[in-house]
Amino acid sequence: MSQEQDSLITDEMRRAIGVESEPGVIEVERETIRRVADALGDANPLWRDEEYARGTSHGGVIAFPIAFHPSTRAGSPNASYESPARGGVVASDEWEFFEVVRPGDEITVTTRVVDFYEREGGRGRMLFTVTETTYRNQHGRVAMLQRRTGVGFPPRNP
Amino acid sequence: MAEQLYYDDVSEGMEIPALEKAVTSRSLVMYCAAYEDYAEIHHDKDAAQQAGFPGTVVPGLFTSSFLAQMLTDWITPEGGIKRLQASYRRPHFAGETVVCKGRVAAKRVEGGERLVECELWVENAEGETSTTGSAVVALPSR
Repeated sequence: MSQEQDSLITDEMRRAIGVESEPGVIEVERETIRRVADALGDANPLWRDEEYARGTSHGGVIAFPIAFHPSTRAGSPNASYESPARGGVVASDEWEFFEVVRPGDEITVTTRVVDFYEREGGRGRMLFTVTETTYRNQHGRVAMLQRRTGVGFPPRNP
Repeated sequence: MAEQLYYDDVSEGMEIPALEKAVTSRSLVMYCAAYEDYAEIHHDKDAAQQAGFPGTVVPGLFTSSFLAQMLTDWITPEGGIKRLQASYRRPHFAGETVVCKGRVAAKRVEGGERLVECELWVENAEGETSTTGSAVVALPSR
């Protein structure tokens, strides 16, 4: 069996790299922001107290930095290919923050696969999928980028 | 809130005040609703056990958010997170206490911004590391 045949990364998957998902929109409300802070048990008044927040350079309430899950509203990044890997867990996350998110913002979310790679592990060959989710605000500027690496395992009877 | 932290106050090796969170079934349900993450393993103990986990799985994103909260507790209102990275080595489960820790790795001025690089990690109540990470935060100066 050739190296090529051994690979979990198919031609269809290679073609899916860089293909953007359909955009989804998150309308950010004060309540959305409060619910995230409540879930975290985060009492920081910057996320909930307008009067306090007006006295800061932000001029009003802003969202906690990690306010969205990457699958919220974005189209699925793996809709355009079939993966031979089964199962899967999140191995790592990375965020870059460029602009704060405020109540009233309209955030457009898109996701794409940026890389596939393989590693040998204790459970056989593992498939790593790196996806990048872009959060663009209503001014057309990128507020946040998230890169997530997921790991899947090969089928038991390939 | 604590007093504003300034770049001038930060030195290499300085510890970031730790953040401890007891994650309960209730907080996981609140997470799922707030973040619209409805994966069953995060709110349904039976589904998590069928998937081979001992209990309801605390999402990596929730753990990372606790790391972010440790940072925002430390640097807001005028400081901001520029970058955050977390690698999940083992999951936490409902009922566990998540302990976020960190220290200052380096500081530098770049493009007019006063940046602090931080080394981050998460432990369980037994002191075992579940997550390692890093962050860059921007701080105001005096």
